[in-house]
Amino acid sequence: MIRFSPLATAVALLLTAGPQVLNAAGDAPSLAELTRGLNTVWVLIAAFLVFFMQAGFGMLEAGFTRAKNAANILMKNMMDFSMASLAYWMVGFGLMYGAGNGLFGTSQFFLIGAPAETAGVPTLAFWFFQAVFTAAAATIVAGAMAERTKFSTYMIYSFIISALIYPLVGHWIWGGGWLSELGFQDFAGSTVVHTVGGFASLAGAMVIGPRLGKYNPDGSANVIPGHNIPLAALGCLILWFGWFGFNPGSSLSGLDAHLIAKVAVNTNLAAAAGCVATTMLVWWRYGKPDLSMSINGALAGLVAITAPCAVVSPQASIIIGLIAAPVVTFGVTALDRFHIDDPVGAFPVHGMCGVWGTVALGLFHGSEGLLTGGGGKLLGVQALGSLSVVTFTLGSMWIIFKLLSATVGLRVSEQEEIRGLDIGEHGMESYAGFQIFLTD
Amino acid sequence: MKLIIALIQPEKLPDVKKALFDHDVHKMTVSNVIGCGQQKGFTETYRGIIHQVNLLKKVRLEIAVNEAFVDATVEAIISGARTGNIGDGKIFVVPMERCIRIRTGEEGHDAIG
Repeated sequence: MIRFSPLATAVALLLTAGPQVLNAAGDAPSLAELTRGLNTVWVLIAAFLVFFMQAGFGMLEAGFTRAKNAANILMKNMMDFSMASLAYWMVGFGLMYGAGNGLFGTSQFFLIGAPAETAGVPTLAFWFFQAVFTAAAATIVAGAMAERTKFSTYMIYSFIISALIYPLVGHWIWGGGWLSELGFQDFAGSTVVHTVGGFASLAGAMVIGPRLGKYNPDGSANVIPGHNIPLAALGCLILWFGWFGFNPGSSLSGLDAHLIAKVAVNTNLAAAAGCVATTMLVWWRYGKPDLSMSINGALAGLVAITAPCAVVSPQASIIIGLIAAPVVTFGVTALDRFHIDDPVGAFPVHGMCGVWGTVALGLFHGSEGLLTGGGGKLLGVQALGSLSVVTFTLGSMWIIFKLLSATVGLRVSEQEEIRGLDIGEHGMESYAGFQIFLTD
Repeated sequence: MKLIIALIQPEKLPDVKKALFDHDVHKMTVSNVIGCGQQKGFTETYRGIIHQVNLLKKVRLEIAVNEAFVDATVEAIISGARTGNIGDGKIFVVPMERCIRIRTGEEGHDAIG
């Protein structure tokens, strides 16, 4: 008896019955239309994956902070994406991709006057892909400022970074601005997304100050453990999954099969190397393999490979991930030494490894890298670009946070911080009915 | 022998523990409770409905002490837990009949340690 195979039947129908899918005019699609269709599907699916990273950030941040603040951090997460979607529509996309000068764009605000297509896909698809990246950069800061930030003030910050700071840097590097003209390269955003988000989070953590009870008068640090490590681990894997849209999707085309396959593999290798190396390093240094550090290690590798993933070899990707491990591990302890409280490690993962990824591109680029026989020119440009983005982001965000602190207030009251922001900012509890052990 | 039961604000627990250690009291049992006293509750809203929360989270300490340690323990708890605000908590000193260490079967003064 012949087994019924849906796949074989479909293929047979397709071959015998002729093209069933017609284009808008009712004709068989042309090669150009098929190309555009394929690329659009690719870009949109990648964008949907990057959207899902928002859930990854949310679970990671909720898991690494205390139960009494869970609703607050997840509100900031939801708002970051919603604010970015709106701000980037209104102002951000125009600043980033509008025709303008080397510093910023001056057209396509509200997408008015935008061409029908950009980069080979409908401009709406291109906009959407860029918008989810904006949200990713914005939400990095929520983690570093967790458990003590006024929600209303945070919303203001969220709009500003998505409307102004991120698009400006994006314009310099992806929108045809001055850094791209110098030959600066950043395939998927180690600089544009992660360095910006990471150093904005550093500015925020510095201005707002550490959580109550984090540091003792004698300078030592206290542990404030995350309340749900399984949730954080889930968040990490969701982020890893979403990164397969973040990096390969940045090709903006599904046609270069070798490129997107290479990018996907490089992405995974760097994440794996980062995770393993961090686990080993922490095991050796602190006595036991710490899941929370392994999570940060995988993400560190992912951040670091985000810039170079298209132009380095798989072997180089492993090395890049390996080096991200000590960067993030020692970065976490370095922050404590300066009494900068970063509950989720946002700055070591995104800021420090973002810089490493940008520089690594100059070291390992297939033909122009310092270590691959290409000389030091690209490395120099990468370093210059990284330094200018760091300076601009840290400086401008520090000023913005200082202004917010002086005008509408940045930090919640001590009493509210102790009681929990879920009750103070949102009038609700995340875990109604649970007995939560509150000791700090 | 006395059993000292203290109800304190949860966030004061680290301070109280430190004060107890400084007074050479190292053994205690800690549990989560909810309760109300003079401290008023707070208001929550959920999906458009307001409700009053009057049972507040507290932490309960139980410490078995010999007579000689009673005053020192009470002082230590007060020094760690007092903030001057309503809601600081209460201490109960309750007479205790017997105390047995399960591992060795010791009783009384030695069992408390």
